[in-house]
Amino acid sequence: MYGNDFAEAGGAGCCESTAGGTLLEQVEAAERELRSASERRVSGDNRLQGYFDAVIEADQKIEPRDWMPEEYRRGLIRQIAQHAHSEIIGMQPEGNWISRAPSLKRKAILLAKVQDEAGHGLYLYAAAETLGISREELVGMLLNGRQKYSSIFNYPTLTWADVGAVGWLVDGAAIVNQVPLCRCSYGPYARAMIRICKEESFHQRQGYEILYTLAQGTDSQKAMAQDAINRWWYPSLAMFGPPDSDSTHSERSMAWKIKRFSNDGLRQRFVDMCVQQASVLGLELPDPELRWNAERGHYDYTEPDYDELMQVIKGNGPCNRQRMEHRRRAHEEGAWVREAAAAYAAKRAARVPEVAA
Amino acid sequence: MTQPLWEVFVRPRRGLAHTHVGSLHAPDAELALRNARDLYTRRQEGVSLWVVPATAITASSPDEKDSFFDPAADKVYRHPTFYDVPEGAGHI
Ligand SMILES: [Fe+2]
Ligand SMILES: [Fe+2]
Repeated sequence: MYGNDFAEAGGAGCCESTAGGTLLEQVEAAERELRSASERRVSGDNRLQGYFDAVIEADQKIEPRDWMPEEYRRGLIRQIAQHAHSEIIGMQPEGNWISRAPSLKRKAILLAKVQDEAGHGLYLYAAAETLGISREELVGMLLNGRQKYSSIFNYPTLTWADVGAVGWLVDGAAIVNQVPLCRCSYGPYARAMIRICKEESFHQRQGYEILYTLAQGTDSQKAMAQDAINRWWYPSLAMFGPPDSDSTHSERSMAWKIKRFSNDGLRQRFVDMCVQQASVLGLELPDPELRWNAERGHYDYTEPDYDELMQVIKGNGPCNRQRMEHRRRAHEEGAWVREAAAAYAAKRAARVPEVAA
Repeated sequence: MTQPLWEVFVRPRRGLAHTHVGSLHAPDAELALRNARDLYTRRQEGVSLWVVPATAITASSPDEKDSFFDPAADKVYRHPTFYDVPEGAGHI
């Protein structure tokens, strides 16, 4: 669900990798495609639906003031909002370690990362608002529980090594999910995703570096790193949503070029990436069934526990209540700041009438 | 209590024009600028920022494609490629 619309997850098999290369190369390729597609001429169909279809067909972007089917609008609002909520709630597990980071350098890095996640939430809320919903409504739907955020953030960060595992695995899985969204048919979402993915690559690398450093350290540091990977591996696999066999209605999302790959296709891509990266760390992925399948050209692996995923989504994960309580309290305790800023703005606007807005 | 929406424009480097990068909410222009700095230029993406109240923008049409731009379509003679340059004419 992190950049993955849960209600419409799943779909036809796929899984050729979009573009090879590093994360940044893939994002740049998406950016180039956005530009070259925009130069294509869209056939001159003047009916609303016809024009919408032609724009999608030409791989161009739908922009906020274009006509669009109501379902397209509603589905996108839900997906972008859930994505934004995930970025906002996602600050908590790592925020937990800012005051206890082992050095000033690590503390500065972690602060910068958590600040980026706040930024990602704000880019995405702004993208959702272009579809005709207000910020208050969006924030309200997170606070009253009507909309979900990614299940992964309901797991606790017990040790410093968890900060490494979150960066490597959770941001890593998020990137695999999000890179295809850089090509999403809705312009403001695609542009926000390009910006976000460029920032994500630092997140994944700093986590990987933390684990690498621990893996080179004392036996107990190495054990701590291994323990964190053991706990985060399966929840990270579950971030891609339920298996394709259990998911319905994603066809339309694919046809509208919002979603481009199935849950299982993306999950496989993530597993294939991690195996090699884990071996460089000298640490193990906690799956005895993990092995190369020459016929498929992919690693076979053990599926995450999807019943557990459903339980966490329903609110029964280890930290669901804590995350929501924290978010609500932060929102309430910030009310006086918002009110004071508004009062000050109103007073100044009254005093200097030529300053509009 | 709704805070107004601001559109944010960044000049990436000297010599380049300001480009729209996104939007944000802020109670006034001063806070909009500060928020824009923290939100859109955390990695030295710009040397200059503009924030504009979204309500101050007048858009050409309710629709991104529009007959508003059609008059330019049949005036190919506005492009240099329309003209035949005789053989031997230099610097033109
Ligand atoms: Fe993020
Ligand atoms: Fe991140």
